[in-house]
Amino acid sequence: MIRLVSIFVGLGFAFVALFALGNGVVSAITEPVSKPPEYKFHLHPRQVNFSFEGPFARWDLAQLQRGYKVYKEVCAACHSLNYVAFRNLAQLGYDEGQVRAEAASWQVPGIDPQTGEATTRPGLPTDNFPSPYPNDVAAAAANNNAIPPDLSLITKARHDGADYVYSLLVGYADPATFQVDGQTIQQAAPEFTTGPGLHFNPYFPNLNIAMAPPLTSKGQVTFDDGTEATISQMSQDVAAFLMWTAEPSLIHRKQTGWAALGFVLFATVLAYLAKQQIWAPVKPEKARRRRAGNA
Amino acid sequence: MSFPWAKEYQPRTGLTRWIDEKLPLPRLVYNAVGAGYPVPRNLNYMWNFGVLAGFCLVLQIVTGVVLAMHYAANTEVAFASVEHIMRDVNWGWLMRYAHANGASFFFVVIYLHIFRGLFYASYKAPREMIWILGVVIFLLMMATAFMGYVLPWGQMSFWGAKVITGLFGAIPLVGESIQVWLLGGFAPDNAALNRFYSLHFLLPFIIAGTVILHIWALHIPGSSNPTGVEIKSESDTVPFHPYYTVKDGFGLGVFLLVFLTFVFFLPNALGHPDNYIEANPLSTPAHIVPEWYFWPFYAILRAFTVDFILSAQLWGVIAMFSAILLWFFLPWLDRSPVRSGHYRPLFRKFFWFGLIPAMAVLFYAGGAPAEEPYVMLSQIATAYYFLHFLVILPIISAMETPEPLPYSITEAVLSSDKKPVLGENTAPAT
Repeated sequence: MIRLVSIFVGLGFAFVALFALGNGVVSAITEPVSKPPEYKFHLHPRQVNFSFEGPFARWDLAQLQRGYKVYKEVCAACHSLNYVAFRNLAQLGYDEGQVRAEAASWQVPGIDPQTGEATTRPGLPTDNFPSPYPNDVAAAAANNNAIPPDLSLITKARHDGADYVYSLLVGYADPATFQVDGQTIQQAAPEFTTGPGLHFNPYFPNLNIAMAPPLTSKGQVTFDDGTEATISQMSQDVAAFLMWTAEPSLIHRKQTGWAALGFVLFATVLAYLAKQQIWAPVKPEKARRRRAGNA
Repeated sequence: MSFPWAKEYQPRTGLTRWIDEKLPLPRLVYNAVGAGYPVPRNLNYMWNFGVLAGFCLVLQIVTGVVLAMHYAANTEVAFASVEHIMRDVNWGWLMRYAHANGASFFFVVIYLHIFRGLFYASYKAPREMIWILGVVIFLLMMATAFMGYVLPWGQMSFWGAKVITGLFGAIPLVGESIQVWLLGGFAPDNAALNRFYSLHFLLPFIIAGTVILHIWALHIPGSSNPTGVEIKSESDTVPFHPYYTVKDGFGLGVFLLVFLTFVFFLPNALGHPDNYIEANPLSTPAHIVPEWYFWPFYAILRAFTVDFILSAQLWGVIAMFSAILLWFFLPWLDRSPVRSGHYRPLFRKFFWFGLIPAMAVLFYAGGAPAEEPYVMLSQIATAYYFLHFLVILPIISAMETPEPLPYSITEAVLSSDKKPVLGENTAPAT
């Protein structure tokens, strides 16, 4: 009885699923879906060789310091870094005095001790980075209705994080001349437009990003270590810096990983040898031989 | 029940004798996972996953309790409290990555454990209750994992909660009321986050209780084995300790090597980047996908795209739940007198060339966007999935001729079973 019911139910589910399949096949033939231009013109991020990638990763502190400067002088105009505190900058190789000075160079929201009114004061190492806008409404109003995302976690919130940030920063293009397979986007999809206040960028999912190209000229930031500030260099450095803000424990994590794996590997080898020894008397060959001897 | 040759616990000191009189807990452990539990001598490495699943449960509870000390279940601060754990709590990143990847590896282990049960038909009499309790554990795990994924309050947390609770909205008449009742509101918000947190903390202990029942039920008939032939004599068995404690110890080491590689080197590989964006009810992600371990069932849910008497959505919901609930009936759907797939030629063919490819397609299509050809692929695989368990299995198990079985486990291992060989050899080598 249960098997009859089961066969009936099974055939029912299968029939409905295959009925839906048939429907899908018919509509795929009669009204084929044309894929939007993003399918062809959206590019995968370019691969950059960052020092923090791979199992033997390390931070390039000079690069992180350069990236911090790019963030401070360019990105910070619009983007917050909510989850990062000034004290964290000590990890970039700054000493205590430098961290204090760096924190003090930022104005953070405070309260006037005399009047209790909202005011600003120089930052302390315990403060987090301040937001450039008081709230999301102000951020949207100042940016053509697009809210600049917080950058603390941006490299973990996008596929291929640091590579994506780098590619986006260097990837702005002119839609009239940008080509994939020898075809411009106007030829492939005549209805495609880049609206007012938007900028064409093939690394952005829908190809039109609200952020204007932030890094536009060589030497826009002057690096303290004398590195030449090309657009590519600045983009790489700030992408590396944003990997650090997203995952400050990254290098510590990988180093701990080697110690943990080494310990477990050693324990596993011991366990294997123990297992071999304990099982030896009941293994077929041994046991058979022993039995032959006893007989 | 135990086998007559099972070793008996012998307290050796005055203290252990005293404890054994008052509360024979050491005796219980000895008989459960010690030398007092005779186990088939021929278990292969597929039998390691029960112990590994137990390890994963303990790992999740330990890391989870520590995370709960620092996490704040409030929509205003939940996301920030997770970042606080990652940045400011000593070794907080390790706890969180171990917990998040621990959930994934718990499912890896459980899927392999279920896969073993299916191939060797471990669910067949007299082990039906073990199997049923196992399916209950799996359902509890799915509920726990789903609610746990909501807690970080990222974009996938929020939209996943919205989609999954929305499934109940497909139930005619009462659906919407049930959805509102489950969420404590019209959309996932603070009420939902709080109750999910409360239940996410509670359910693992219910799982632990069910695991105890699962193991209790296991100890009544004893473990199954790759031949599917029941234990006949002492020479078919070895004591659990030290034989399987050491083998499981080695298995645990191999498991940890893979698990820790993910925790330390690829901690976000199994997650979705969108969950590092704080939940925003006004911005829908491009593709809402659950965690990978739900993909096969998500594919079944989405395979039903056409109304047929019932609405397509309702078909999807019923099919998704049925896909798991039908496992409860497997012991009665599989009529074969033989358990192990090794001796069942037809069953084996449908298992390897039907069920396994269908599951692979469902895994793949469930994680892919709801576009063609993924939907069509999942429709074919869904149809096969139901046909396999509900139609093919009852029919072939009744009609196929099994291959000859060995007389006993000992014969399977030693190719003859003239006399017990283990009597004098069971002591571990020193």
